Amino acid sequence: MSARSNILNKLRAGLAGTTPRPDEFDEKLVTEPWQYAPEDRITRLRSLMEAVQTEIHSVSSNDWPAKVQQLLDSRNLANVLYAPGTGHGQQLAEHWQSAGAKQALLAYDRPIAEWKEELFWSVDASVTGTVGGIAATGSLVLWPDRHEPRLMSLLPPLHIALLKASEVEDNLYGMMQKHNWSAGLPTNLLLVSGPSKTADIEQVLAYGAHGPKELVVLILEDC
Amino acid sequence: MSQRIPVKDLTDSFRGRAVGALADDQLRTNFRVAMDSLMKKRADAFPDEHEREGLRELGNHIKARALSQLPDLLEQLEAKLTDNGVKVHWAETTEQANRIVHSIIEAKQGTQVVKGKSMVSEEMEMNDYLAERNIECLESDMGEYIVQLDGEKPSHIIMPAIHKNRRQVSKLFHDKLGVDETEDVNELIQIGRRTLREKFLEADVGVSGVNFAIAETGTLLLVENEGNGRMSTTAPPVHVAVTGIEKVVGNLRDVVPLLSLLTRSALGQPITTYVNMISGPRKPDELDGPEEVHLVLLDNGRSGAFADAQLRQTLNCIRCGACMNHCPVYTRVGGHTYGEVYPGPIGKIVTPHMVGLHQVPDHPSASSLCGACGDVCPVKIPIPELLQRLRQENVKSPAEQPKVKDGGAKYSRKERVIWRFWTRLNTSPMFYRLFLWGATRLRKLAPKNVGPWIENHSAPVPARRSLHDLAKAHLNQGDR
Ligand code: SF4
Repeated sequence: MSARSNILNKLRAGLAGTTPRPDEFDEKLVTEPWQYAPEDRITRLRSLMEAVQTEIHSVSSNDWPAKVQQLLDSRNLANVLYAPGTGHGQQLAEHWQSAGAKQALLAYDRPIAEWKEELFWSVDASVTGTVGGIAATGSLVLWPDRHEPRLMSLLPPLHIALLKASEVEDNLYGMMQKHNWSAGLPTNLLLVSGPSKTADIEQVLAYGAHGPKELVVLILEDC
Repeated sequence: MSQRIPVKDLTDSFRGRAVGALADDQLRTNFRVAMDSLMKKRADAFPDEHEREGLRELGNHIKARALSQLPDLLEQLEAKLTDNGVKVHWAETTEQANRIVHSIIEAKQGTQVVKGKSMVSEEMEMNDYLAERNIECLESDMGEYIVQLDGEKPSHIIMPAIHKNRRQVSKLFHDKLGVDETEDVNELIQIGRRTLREKFLEADVGVSGVNFAIAETGTLLLVENEGNGRMSTTAPPVHVAVTGIEKVVGNLRDVVPLLSLLTRSALGQPITTYVNMISGPRKPDELDGPEEVHLVLLDNGRSGAFADAQLRQTLNCIRCGACMNHCPVYTRVGGHTYGEVYPGPIGKIVTPHMVGLHQVPDHPSASSLCGACGDVCPVKIPIPELLQRLRQENVKSPAEQPKVKDGGAKYSRKERVIWRFWTRLNTSPMFYRLFLWGATRLRKLAPKNVGPWIENHSAPVPARRSLHDLAKAHLNQGDR
């Protein structure tokens, strides 16, 4: 007998004569306490994320590449990783060319094995999109795909994330329902709620454990 | 630092270790400070009692519903994950689980493994198993890394190195990594970051645990703050997740309340920095992520607990650690006293099913039954009730067929006879009066050796006159 059938048989024996409990999921419990007026959503997200050392700026959807440039300039960084196959990636590249920005633009356009070492040690910053934000918990939703791979938001010490103001939802449940997540998830869906941190030594909070030391969110106002 | 009591410390039992731990002022301070702060954080995270109780009720419902169809959900999870390209393995014992993990690593000729925090891999003692086979298995959670570097085991399921202070960590890093000593926590963390990043880069295989496995979508959900879990599950070419069979939930939406309960109860955070939902290996056109993802489903005694409807509730646990943070016993004796992977109240109700009561005979009784654990448990496990049940199982005679692995570990015929006598004595007035008469008259013959009681007390001697007697005399006086 295989381990699989042994385990399943034992479990089935334990349930003999019982029926599965009906589903009494009460969605009010996960929505009602976490509802906000549309104008308060960003405020809530902002205050929660700022409380965990996230830097947040409101910018227009045309001007954000200039803000990225400014953020990199002020930190004296040498390069930035971007996703050339995305709309925002192209927008960034265009700005970089026209503005003559001095940081090297690194395109994540080949499999990791070809440049793992460089990605791990030599990339200063990255810019990625998000598919939305969650006001209740102060979270960004990242949906990595072949154009914008998973490690972009993890390896560089500075992660700059773009969040459309119109895509902030009240709570996780609402986000899930609205975008019908249960119908299909990407390889690796992520909620990111601040820069990487740890409190493993004496519960003292330290940022930059294994992921980004800094997270900057650019909230894009539609214009 | 105060001296431990050397003789007692050698005793390989809960009691022996407790004596040592209680005499260690540094250890007690470290725990007291940490637990006080964790309790406050949790309380602050649930400002609205009504909201909290509603959510706990829902959390309990979701887990109970999942358990009421556990075998079906496991099959659904397996089918979904397989569709998604994840290979699912089943293990009845930790030995089987280790063998599976080892064979996956061997197939890739791997020599280096990085591990995100996983209590199940601790249960398996995976690090030792792999080390014996010349595979380095490195912990990457900062706390776990510190503990591993010092050749210790975690003392808390959420905060593995909570028993250490910064000076101890600084000294450890200095001794083991050759870096300068520093008491700056940020510095210490940066030392860990640099050392471990090298390992993430080199690792052939990443191992992780799972917080929730979602049957509906075939998704493994992991929560963490550091990013080491994401590293372990994304950077190496192979990802192996290990988890207990009780971690499966039915629907994606079920994780919404569970997630909120977990992070608020554990750390007082509205959410962890990362919630990492993995639904498959790298797709052919994707540029990173592991090419292979495996899930090992481990039983290790869980199906034994499952067999009994009351004890089954143990499997509701979402490993938040709140019960230990609120436990007066845990706070005083620390995590290592329990001598097993899971300490504190949850350890007391889950460990007997894994290792048997013979190995942990004192677990069910190492509690004041104050009820704090049950009050805070986010999925409403009635821990005190289960402890009482385990106490009963612990003293059952073989004929009574204990329901827990190695039940009856503390069964003693002598004790049983004494209790039977005691019951008779207290339920028969005539017998009671007779005994009282004899005990007060023959008080000099009272036994001197009454077991552990006399370690710290003198043996009790019955009074010359019973309380009954005295009361009667007193009342008679009043009458006059
Ligand atoms: S028993 Fe309850 S309180 Fe304790 S770790 Fe498990 S879920 Fe948390």
